[in-house]
Amino acid sequence: MFEAYIFPILLFAGMGILAGVLLTAASKIFEVKSDPRVDEVNEALPQVNCGACGYSGCSDYAKAIVEKGEKPNLCKPGGANSADKISEIMGVSAGAAEKQIAVVRCSADCESKKQSFEFEGELTCVNAKRFYGGMWGCKFSCLGQGDCAKVCPSDAIVIKDGLARIDKSECIGCGMCAKVCPNDVIEIRKMAPTADVLCSSKDMGKAVKAVCGKGCIGCKLCEKQCEFDAIHVTDNIARVDHDKCTACGKCAEKCPVKVITMAKV
Amino acid sequence: MKSMLVILFSAMLTNNFVLSKFMGICPFLGVSKKLDSAAGMGAAVTFVMVCATICTYPVYTFLLAPFGLEYLKTVAFILIIALFVQLIEMILKKKIPSLYESLGVYLPLITTNCAVLGVTILNIDNGYNFGESIVDALGAGLGFTLALLIFSGVRSRVDKADIPETFKGVPATLIAASIVSVSFMSFSGMVEGIFS
Repeated sequence: MFEAYIFPILLFAGMGILAGVLLTAASKIFEVKSDPRVDEVNEALPQVNCGACGYSGCSDYAKAIVEKGEKPNLCKPGGANSADKISEIMGVSAGAAEKQIAVVRCSADCESKKQSFEFEGELTCVNAKRFYGGMWGCKFSCLGQGDCAKVCPSDAIVIKDGLARIDKSECIGCGMCAKVCPNDVIEIRKMAPTADVLCSSKDMGKAVKAVCGKGCIGCKLCEKQCEFDAIHVTDNIARVDHDKCTACGKCAEKCPVKVITMAKV
Repeated sequence: MKSMLVILFSAMLTNNFVLSKFMGICPFLGVSKKLDSAAGMGAAVTFVMVCATICTYPVYTFLLAPFGLEYLKTVAFILIIALFVQLIEMILKKKIPSLYESLGVYLPLITTNCAVLGVTILNIDNGYNFGESIVDALGAGLGFTLALLIFSGVRSRVDKADIPETFKGVPATLIAASIVSVSFMSFSGMVEGIFS
């Protein structure tokens, strides 16, 4: 009776208690003090794990905020909302957390850009780019194979007629698409009323005209129109300084190729 | 001494736990993506194997066997292994937090890693004495580390290779694992030959 039933029970109870005591002692010796604020900050983040803040995920960023004093306003999907909550937890002022958005700086769909050859491989932008810089005549254009759409965490990008189109209401501004685009055609800019030049071609005007019906020819008419010194033509392409632009719309009116658009929001 | 070396090397190479006994496949596939985390995982498993064997052998010989409780060895061993896994988890969290994070869920999973339980039970079944058991556990741990290190190298090449869509990811990894394990078959008979 004793050997068959009671002894094993006592033995295992004893071993269990011993193990428990050992572990308790060890947990005291090897205690790692974790800040309860890390969890709170983590909860304030949107948990998209997009990596736009520069850390590998939301929990990593939360840790960096609490332990290394990282800025609370780096979360782009969370925007001002997260930043306010985090700064409340941490007791520091947030600074303006600007919501950002991705813009495809190319407006040429299949109809308006000339195709040089057929690409018969696995159709991804990166593959297409490797082969003579892509199948389009314009080597700066959107390659239109949807590498950006594949990485978008919020499914805001669709490819239509060989051009990536971003749904502004869905875009969280994380910048994943800009990172994978082999032509760097996607720009991440602040979400504000501003002008967008929907072309990235650094070719001279004549070369642009030869391959695309909707490209910036670098005529500098917009530069002359702008009263705020916000648009400049460098490398044969107009660029908008989004901090200075007031979205007055004068450049867009004058643009002979209608490549400048005005974003209302 | 000679028999110790035979046990050590046969546990490492001929009877490699991962590649010829197919134990501990989960961390083998899970942690072999990066070389340094593979090395860390191997070290952690080796530590747990040796410590667990040091404890399980006396527990079995002096507490379980005399009272006819051999049938409880699995439960008792798991308890001891769990103790050491918890211990190493605390130590790693305190001393090497980067390794702790890269091992992630696979660290607590050592508790149910059948390679560790396998070593402790096979030591008993093979009738090894205390010293031989420890050497066998050490060999098994080193063999596990070796398999992990070799495979992390293989895997970095497999991941970069241009393989058909169907085989991408886990299938390719499993095929690569089987090829590596075939290569380990060539060790059979060699260890006994060297030390005889």
